[in-house]
Amino acid sequence: MSNYRIQGATGEWEVVIGLEVHAQVTSKAKLFSGASTAFGAEPNTQVSLVDAAMPGMLPVPNRECIRQAVRTGMAINAVINKWSRFDRKNYFYADLPQGYQISQLYHPLVGEGVIEVSLDEKDPEAEVKEIGVERIHVEQDAGKLMHDQHPTRSYVDLNRSGVALMEIVSRPDMRSPQEAGAYLTKLRSILRYVGSCDGNMDQGSMRADVNVSVRKPGGELGTRTETKNVNSVRFVMQAIEQEAQRQVDVLESGGRIVQETRLFDPDKGETRSMRSKEDAHDYRYFPDPDLLPLVLDDAFLDECRATLPELPDAKRRRYEGDLGLPAYNAAVLTADAETARWFEALLAESARIQKKGEAEVAKAASNWLISELFGALNRLGKDIENSPVSPEKGAELLGLVADGTISGSIAKQVLEIMLETGDAPAKIVEEKGLKQTSDTGAIEAEIAKVLEANPDKVADYRGGKDKLFGFFVGQTMKAMQGKANPQVVNELLKKALG
Amino acid sequence: MSVDKATVQKIASLARIAVSEEEAERLVPELNNIIGWVEQLGEVDTSNVEPTTAVIPNTLRLREDVVTDGNVRDDVLANAPQAEHGFFAVPKVIE
Amino acid sequence: MSELTDFGVKRLRDGVRSGEFSAREVADAFIVNVSKAKELNAFLVETPDHALAAAKAADDARGRGDTLAPLAGVPIGMKDLFCTNGVQSAAASHILEGFEPRYESSVSQRLWDAGAGMLGKLNMDQFAMGSSNETSAFGNVVSPWRRTDGGNAPLTPGGSSGGSSAAIAARLCPAATGTDTGGSIRQPASFTGITGIKPTYGRCSRWGVIAFASSLDQAGAMARDVTDCAILLEAMAGFDPKDATSLDAPVPNWEAGLNPSLAGKRVGIPKEYRMDGMSPEIEALWQQGIDWAKDAGAEIVEVSLPHTKYALPAYYIIAPAEASSNLARYDGVRYGQRDLPDGAGLQDMYAATRAAGFGDEVKRRIMIGTYVLSAGFYDAYYTQAQKVRTLIAQDFENAWGLCDLLLTPTAPSAAFGLGETTDPLSMYLNDVFTVPSSLAGLPAMSVPGGLDKQGLPLGLQIIGKAMDEQNVLNAGLALEQRAGFTARPDAWW
Repeated sequence: MSNYRIQGATGEWEVVIGLEVHAQVTSKAKLFSGASTAFGAEPNTQVSLVDAAMPGMLPVPNRECIRQAVRTGMAINAVINKWSRFDRKNYFYADLPQGYQISQLYHPLVGEGVIEVSLDEKDPEAEVKEIGVERIHVEQDAGKLMHDQHPTRSYVDLNRSGVALMEIVSRPDMRSPQEAGAYLTKLRSILRYVGSCDGNMDQGSMRADVNVSVRKPGGELGTRTETKNVNSVRFVMQAIEQEAQRQVDVLESGGRIVQETRLFDPDKGETRSMRSKEDAHDYRYFPDPDLLPLVLDDAFLDECRATLPELPDAKRRRYEGDLGLPAYNAAVLTADAETARWFEALLAESARIQKKGEAEVAKAASNWLISELFGALNRLGKDIENSPVSPEKGAELLGLVADGTISGSIAKQVLEIMLETGDAPAKIVEEKGLKQTSDTGAIEAEIAKVLEANPDKVADYRGGKDKLFGFFVGQTMKAMQGKANPQVVNELLKKALG
Repeated sequence: MSVDKATVQKIASLARIAVSEEEAERLVPELNNIIGWVEQLGEVDTSNVEPTTAVIPNTLRLREDVVTDGNVRDDVLANAPQAEHGFFAVPKVIE
Repeated sequence: MSELTDFGVKRLRDGVRSGEFSAREVADAFIVNVSKAKELNAFLVETPDHALAAAKAADDARGRGDTLAPLAGVPIGMKDLFCTNGVQSAAASHILEGFEPRYESSVSQRLWDAGAGMLGKLNMDQFAMGSSNETSAFGNVVSPWRRTDGGNAPLTPGGSSGGSSAAIAARLCPAATGTDTGGSIRQPASFTGITGIKPTYGRCSRWGVIAFASSLDQAGAMARDVTDCAILLEAMAGFDPKDATSLDAPVPNWEAGLNPSLAGKRVGIPKEYRMDGMSPEIEALWQQGIDWAKDAGAEIVEVSLPHTKYALPAYYIIAPAEASSNLARYDGVRYGQRDLPDGAGLQDMYAATRAAGFGDEVKRRIMIGTYVLSAGFYDAYYTQAQKVRTLIAQDFENAWGLCDLLLTPTAPSAAFGLGETTDPLSMYLNDVFTVPSSLAGLPAMSVPGGLDKQGLPLGLQIIGKAMDEQNVLNAGLALEQRAGFTARPDAWW
């Protein structure tokens, strides 16, 4: 994938990509004011006088926002700058009440770090690439402009004004849309693990500015464009593809690339120039005189480090090593923090119910989660966070399979009922009479009927067609409505077929 | 460094202050006087000097993450030249 | 009872406490004086109801036998830079005309909590940018003082807190708030024969004070004598969690700590303040001050503040740079004036609003500030100025090795005539003695020293170590007792 190339008339082109991701910091209150950050409130209700930049209003930073950015930096092994400060980025726009954004240019909170991305879904260790992170800084979000509510006016809502963002700036280390997609997915995963951002791209909690340039493989870096505010992984990949192709077309037809800000139009699947931002390039950054230097002490940093959870790569390796899970299972279960949390609850409860070690129950639990529950949730259009089945009830169901109370196929039926009713699996099995039977008399009676109904197949089997054994098992299970203990069925069939 | 009329216009545009031709012409010598005067700072050897970051030694205090403000829309909009349906209204912006 | 208006803060407070007169009588007397002094143009808004309500609260409290608040019965003037709830707060600028905040600045709130009442909002230089009060969008304040030459030329009360200084000198209020960015309390105090103190940067909260230059702006007290300044400042100062630059330190009981003896104190005389072409009258005043300090028991030492001459140019980079950004919020969207030409878009609206709303000096400083921060110039101007600022602060630090206080003139001249200084640079030079301590965030005050040949007041400046307002006030008291300054302008208004 790293040799992704665009085929042009003049030969191959290499794409160089850097991402600036804006991630909304998870906090109750805004970065510099005590107004709420909750999503979806009435316009201008979550606005303090500070957010509206009333005369004489002053910013006071929120400790939690700083803490979350530091923890994020630690999660990507970045340098944490114990001395940083806030700068003002000056420009005029209706969504920017102060006439400047409080950001960090000269002394960001977090310096160089690195994110490892896997480029092979089946085997996460097969193709790994390190993408450099240049910095993470903390800044204010802007308000929102509505253009479609009045023919000649735009409306300003400042509810988002002042919400804390982390700007996570990558090195231009990516070379294909897939790499950019993998980076963004991995970054989102880390943020959700750390708990510093909910990663909701559809609510705008995470969005990316995409820097793209093209060059002849290994040549001088080309002029880049910046496509602003792309809000899904898929759109980021599309925007790169389209923008890189556009640049190749421009260059090959003798044109040159203008360094500019562009917008991605998901409906048309293309980028276009954003003229409204063009004259705003002299931001006159300078240290915000309302805010003193931010100095972090060791106690603060120690607390940040101590509260970091196990991160996805470490967890994946542990699942493979300690739990003996296949690489694919481990990767799927650790990609998202919520899934991993769910799985670990399932695992702990399963081990408790079955009185076994976690490693002994891990494989069955992971298989069930990935193939059964994920499939069911997918059909219902739900994700693991709002699964109607809890890990405890899932473990109960797995326990019933493990102790032979029900078979795997009955377990599927029980799960369906659980999803519908929310009932406990034992209750369902009891009420619907789904308990597996090892009653040899009943099974032998059904086997006799099956053999009687299929004399030719019995003959073939006895003549050496061993494969037919499965047919007899299936028929017997069907006759038993799936409730027969498969092991008992096997044994009795072997005896009957002699 | 000295400024000419084009620079004055550029600065005025960055600062979003409309200036007429006459005003720009008047501002050229005024600004040059002031800029020429402040440039004497260039004489000072500051090679091993850190810029001031806090006049009185002090570092940034952080507040706790508690919602203590907001729900004051009336106060926020009270002085607006044009407010409609709970929003501030401005001339239509084309992005 | 018009003589009540001759009383200062302490006398009024004590008189109300003892029942010698009522707070209502005090308020009425000042309200009458305010209403009769329109010619001075010191007040932009008069708020008699506010003063009367505070007076009633004081009288009622006394009637109940309650302990009176520290400023109960004392009506004051409020500089228009402070946001006051429901009362126009415009920084004397057209762009904020009609702006009535729904909030109260921390400093004014502290004063109301201490029992003070507000007589009105005081005129000033627009956004505190100016040294003569001529940049106000609502007409300049006229000093109550006149030269003894009989010419009756209208004089400046100084700036930017010129409404405050004029009102106090003319007995329209016993005391007022001021703000000082580069000398805006001290220079007007000097020009009008009153006393003013700018405390250490961070002592008074900036929350709700309309910003000019955030790293320099500091509220302070203006009154007719040192004791009154101490009382007022004590009520204004204090930690405020809403201002990230506020100092988290207890406010000393300055009034109780007043002591006019300078025994054991070393008073430094910075030789660089003795500038070429200094007026002989200012030089004589300075020498007089030195003699008074000696008489009060101080040891006089000569010190050097070698970077003094660079303070003004550094200030005129830093302050406009901060101002250019602080004033970006006046855009006609959320409050204040809006100028929307026919068919104008958003950016045109900004440019028109700001062109019409800001005065010439404000525009000039925004332009300078924008220029020095713009791409390619930032390091040469802004960073260099902040480095020079470090050197200036170090100069003071070094001086504190040799002395405890510094004594200088407050301003290079007495009050000048309105309209006499038209060149911006010449106007800036008014702040030559006050700006260095502002850049270093140090407490400094001006006390009246005497009159010049034309009968106009001249002030002496005392600069102290950070957080050492007490010794600044004490030195002020020592000079005040020896100066015996009793001159006052005759009421012609």
